[in-house]
Order: sequence, then C-alpha cells, then structure tokens
Amino acid sequence: MSINQSGWRPTSPEANTGNVPASVTGNKALMLEEALIFEIGDSHTTGVDFDTFGSPANAGAQGTKDAARNPGFLLSQENKLGGLLRTAPIGLPGLSEPETVRHYTRLSRQNYGIDLGFFPLGSCTMKHNPRLNEKMARLPGFSDVHPLQPVDTVQGALEVIHQLAHWLVTLTGMTSVAMSPKAGAHGELCGILAIRAALEAKGEGARKIILVPESAHGTNPATAAFAGYSVEDIPATAEGRVDTAALKARLGPDVAGVMITNPNTCGLFERDMREISDAVHAAGGFVYCDGANFNAIVGRVRPGDLGIDAMHINLHKTFSTPHGGGGPGSGPVVFSEALTPYAPLPFVEKQGDQFVLIEEENADEHHAGSFGRMVAFHGQMGMFTRALTYILSHGADGLRQVSEDAVLNANYILRSLDDTLDAPFGPSGPCMHEALFSDSGLATGFSTIDIAKGLIDEGFHPMTMYFPLVVHGAMLVEPTETESKAALDQFIAALRSVAERAKAGDPSLKTAPHFAPRARLDETLAARKPVLVWKDPAPLAQAAE
Amino acid sequence: MSRYFTQDHEWVDVDGDVGTVGISEYAQSQLGDVVFVDVPEAGKTLSKGDEAAVVESVKAASDVYSPVSGTVIEGNAALTDDSSLVNSDAEAAGWFFKLTLSDPSELDSLMDEAAYAAFVEGL
Repeated sequence: MSINQSGWRPTSPEANTGNVPASVTGNKALMLEEALIFEIGDSHTTGVDFDTFGSPANAGAQGTKDAARNPGFLLSQENKLGGLLRTAPIGLPGLSEPETVRHYTRLSRQNYGIDLGFFPLGSCTMKHNPRLNEKMARLPGFSDVHPLQPVDTVQGALEVIHQLAHWLVTLTGMTSVAMSPKAGAHGELCGILAIRAALEAKGEGARKIILVPESAHGTNPATAAFAGYSVEDIPATAEGRVDTAALKARLGPDVAGVMITNPNTCGLFERDMREISDAVHAAGGFVYCDGANFNAIVGRVRPGDLGIDAMHINLHKTFSTPHGGGGPGSGPVVFSEALTPYAPLPFVEKQGDQFVLIEEENADEHHAGSFGRMVAFHGQMGMFTRALTYILSHGADGLRQVSEDAVLNANYILRSLDDTLDAPFGPSGPCMHEALFSDSGLATGFSTIDIAKGLIDEGFHPMTMYFPLVVHGAMLVEPTETESKAALDQFIAALRSVAERAKAGDPSLKTAPHFAPRARLDETLAARKPVLVWKDPAPLAQAAE
Repeated sequence: MSRYFTQDHEWVDVDGDVGTVGISEYAQSQLGDVVFVDVPEAGKTLSKGDEAAVVESVKAASDVYSPVSGTVIEGNAALTDDSSLVNSDAEAAGWFFKLTLSDPSELDSLMDEAAYAAFVEGL
C-alpha cells in the first residue's frame, strides 16, 4: 500500500467557536483592501522606462547623473524654461504596470453599478443598458468619426441623428428637437434660453419670474436662476400634486413661465397639466416640462398634447444609455411650434437624399431666431447611436410596454411596503414610475439615513433620500421595468427587514454599514475638516544626492 | 438688554444701539451639524431682511437674514474656525454678527421670547 505523505485530508467546515481575527493584510478574501495610489507608488518607479531627457526633474536620479556629466545643460539653449526648470521631482506616484492594473481593478471592485445589482435611485431611472446598444455604438462607422469630417463622409452618422430626432419628436408630439444638449440640466438651460429668446422677440423680456412647484426636480430652480430669472415656489397639495389654484393666482405679466416635472418627484402624474398650460399661455408665459421622468409615460402620453413648450429627454434614463459615472449623459430638448424658431443650432436636415448639418454658415431664415448654440459640435454621438438602437429594438409597442412595466414595478414596491413604511401619497392612488415613503414611524433617533446605510449591508445601492423636500425623511424608490419580480421581491424583503429594525430601534443599524469596505463615515467631520489634498506623512529627502 | 426673534429664526439682542444677531436654538436643531458659516465683514450696510450670512449644514445651505437695518460692526470670527459653536451654543457664543441699528423702531415688528416660543410650538 502507499502512504499519503503529504498529510492532506479533505476538510469540512467546523463550527465557528470564537471571534475570527482580522487578517494581516486587511483583505477579507475577495474583498481586497487598497491604499491610496500615493501610498503605494513612489517617484523612483515607472511603468515604462524612457531614455532620460537629462533634467533631474524629468528623470530622477538618472537625470541628475546626466546633468552631472553635462553641467552646462541647465544653462544651455535646449533648456527654454529658464528659472522655471524643476530642480526636484514633483512627487507623482510611480507604479509598475501590474501594480497600476491591480490598483484600479481593486478600486473598481468596490464600486456598485447597474451591472452588479438593483440601483433604485428615485427620479434617476437606472435601467439596464442593453449590450446591443454597445455593439452598435462600437461599429467603426459610428465610433471612429470626427465632428469636423466632411458631411458626405458621415452620412450614416447624420442619418442616426436625424432618425433619432424623428422618434423623439414623434414620441413627444412636439414640433422640433435640439439634439445637442449634453445632459438633463443642460437641456433645462437650453429650454429656458429658448423661452427667454421667444419672450425677447415679442418685446416681453421684462418678464423675470419663473414659477417652480415644490414637486419639481431640484435642478429646475437652479436652471431658472442660472438663466437670470427669479424663482418663486408654488406649493404642493396634500395629495402631492401642484396646487393649480395657487399657480393660476400667481400668473401675471411678470411671469416668464413655469417649470414642472411630470410625472413629478412625488411619483405622481400631474393631472391638471393641460389646464395649467392653458392658463400659463393665456397669461403670456411658456411651459417647461422636466422630462427626467419620461420613462413612466413614454409611448402613452405625448407632452405636446399637454400644452408643453419645451422638455428635455434624458437619453441616459428613458432610452437606456449609460447613466451615473458610466455616461456621458445626453439631454435633447423637444420644442413646441411657438419655441421652434428659437431652438439652438445645429440641426440635421434631409435635403433630397443627402443629410445636411445646419450650422451658422448655412442656417436659412427658418433658423434666424435661433438663440445660438449649447455646444461646440453636434451632441453626444455615441449616446445617439445607443438610444436609437434601444428605440428600434423595442419599437413603438415595446416602448409602450416599457412605461407600463416600469409603473407596474413601482406600484408593486409601493403596495408591498406600505404596511411597514409610511407612504404619504399612497392614498392619492397608483404611483407612476417611483414609490415614495417617509420616515414617519421610525424609532426615536432613527432616520432615513439609517435605513439607507442598512440597505448597503444588504447589497443594494440606497434609494434617493430626503428628496422631495415636501416629505419628511423621503425615500424615493424607482425600480424601472428592467427588474424581475424575483429581484423586486428580494429588495422588498431587504427593505422591510431594515425598516423593521429602524422601527424597533436596533442600535446596530446606527453603525451600519458593517460589511462595506468602509463602515459609517463621519459626514460632519468630513465637511468641517475636509482633507482635499494628500500629504506625504514623512517626506523623504529629495533626490539631490 | 432685550432679545427679539424673527419668523426666519434669527434672534437679535439689543444693547443701546448695538444689536447682536444669531440663529435660534430651534433653527440649529433643525439644521443639524453646522459645517460652515460665512459672516459679514465690518462696515457692511444691511437693510432689514437682507441676506447677511450663510450657514451650511451637512445637508443644506441657508441664508441668515438681518432682523434689523444697520451697519455691521463685527462678524464672529470664532465661527470660521469652529462652526460647531452654532450647534453647541446657538443663542450665546454662536452669535453671527453685531451691528449698529439704524432704525430701532423696526424692533416693534419682531417677536419677544414668549411669542417666538409659541410660534415654534405651532410649526
């Protein structure tokens, strides 16, 4: 017989009999710790070695030797920097290539994204980004073009912009669309600038007030102020909608327009939208609609039918292009007939069988009133390709199902949790794309932040917190249509468990998260004493050997 | 010396023609941990209701309005170094600025301590 000399035996787990000691490295198996790049790098390591240039600043110790061999270098004609030449390294961290790759890969594993799990941020529409979009956007004919190429060499790219524009105008029932704005708030600014241009053209530039309901997005008042308007709040009703009577009462010759988010941040459809639009128009103003929540109504409601004059569409929300760090965003703005003459350049038009870029040089009288430009070139081409791919792969019927499923999912969350969490607008009827809860009923000392931190331990990105302001301790949950029932059930079970701990006053929830790479951070200390620049704890003598 | 309050939760202590302005204990409790305070410089002229200072907590930034008209004598430099004074001692060491009152009759429109307590009770 042969003897097992290695001593190996298969192991079985034994009962955990005590505290597990912390690991020497700080790593927890696949949860890897990672120091700051300044702490792991040094100024003498490089990923790639180049010939030394001869300056000690550029080449460290080797350069010092070169300079020593050629003492005249620092004074020579080659050195055009005069007294500005660095005499010591600037202290950028140097790492070898594998160290660099590991550094960023390890950091990326501490990230959370839509490809890892459910991302229920309210009013953010964090939906799945279909891989077909990526495949199309990477076709060389789209990905390798330059905005200054002759237009006859980019006819396909221009056709994509033209087709997408057609879809956006059709889905919204509007007259035209400016494709160039680069994100939601940029789109808002575009819309408000068009309103300003239209008012000035009518000789009514003295209108200086923009009305913003409390249920609107936080960016709306910021946009209006940035465009030079004074902002006045319009209260919300007890059921979470715009107080139409209060809004109508405030209309007058000093009001330039209103900015309304529909569906609003309470997750409700503004039923009085048509009545509000008619009243604003009768008073000589314009209606801007924040289209960030368009996912709830796409294919079902055309904002143009509600009397809206301008609305941005977040391609990175409704039309599934990457969102939140994976961007860039893209926020085309659709316009009513009244605002179309003032829309910014450029446009793509089809003339015969050619697609033409309408810019300053060739803009005819149709665009004479244009207020100018939002961007240097034509917008986020990569996002246009992805959004059109999404639209064409869904079709009109598929997009209609998108909003239906998104609303169904949100209502499933609302009604599954309204026995545990307070749903202030639950009695207002079904919600749209997002479910809204308050912190009412939590134990003394417990707030929404504790529930959010508890959700991190459960492996979810927290929902939108403390917004909208009209609800105390608001929790705004938007599931989107891309979550399965199983995923929703798991989230509901997790949120219920965390909420029950908060209602029972579980002290361990006050220190959550416990399983994240970092435990609860001291937000107050971070804000009072922010450390914005890394400082070498023990500076080494510089390379002046 | 007497103390007056505004509906925007500022207080002002008046001693002769000098007023000392801060935010109320109720205001600091609603703001949460204060992390930054910007106080006006001496010499600045303020009208009643003007934005006089800025107070920032972890979650929100708010304007502090001047409860009365006057000329700023001094901003509380201690708040620049330690904004937590607003939380720990809102109605004394956490004062924001002192000013010379230009129209003491404006005080008539403010609340006294009891009226403010009743006002807060009703919020």
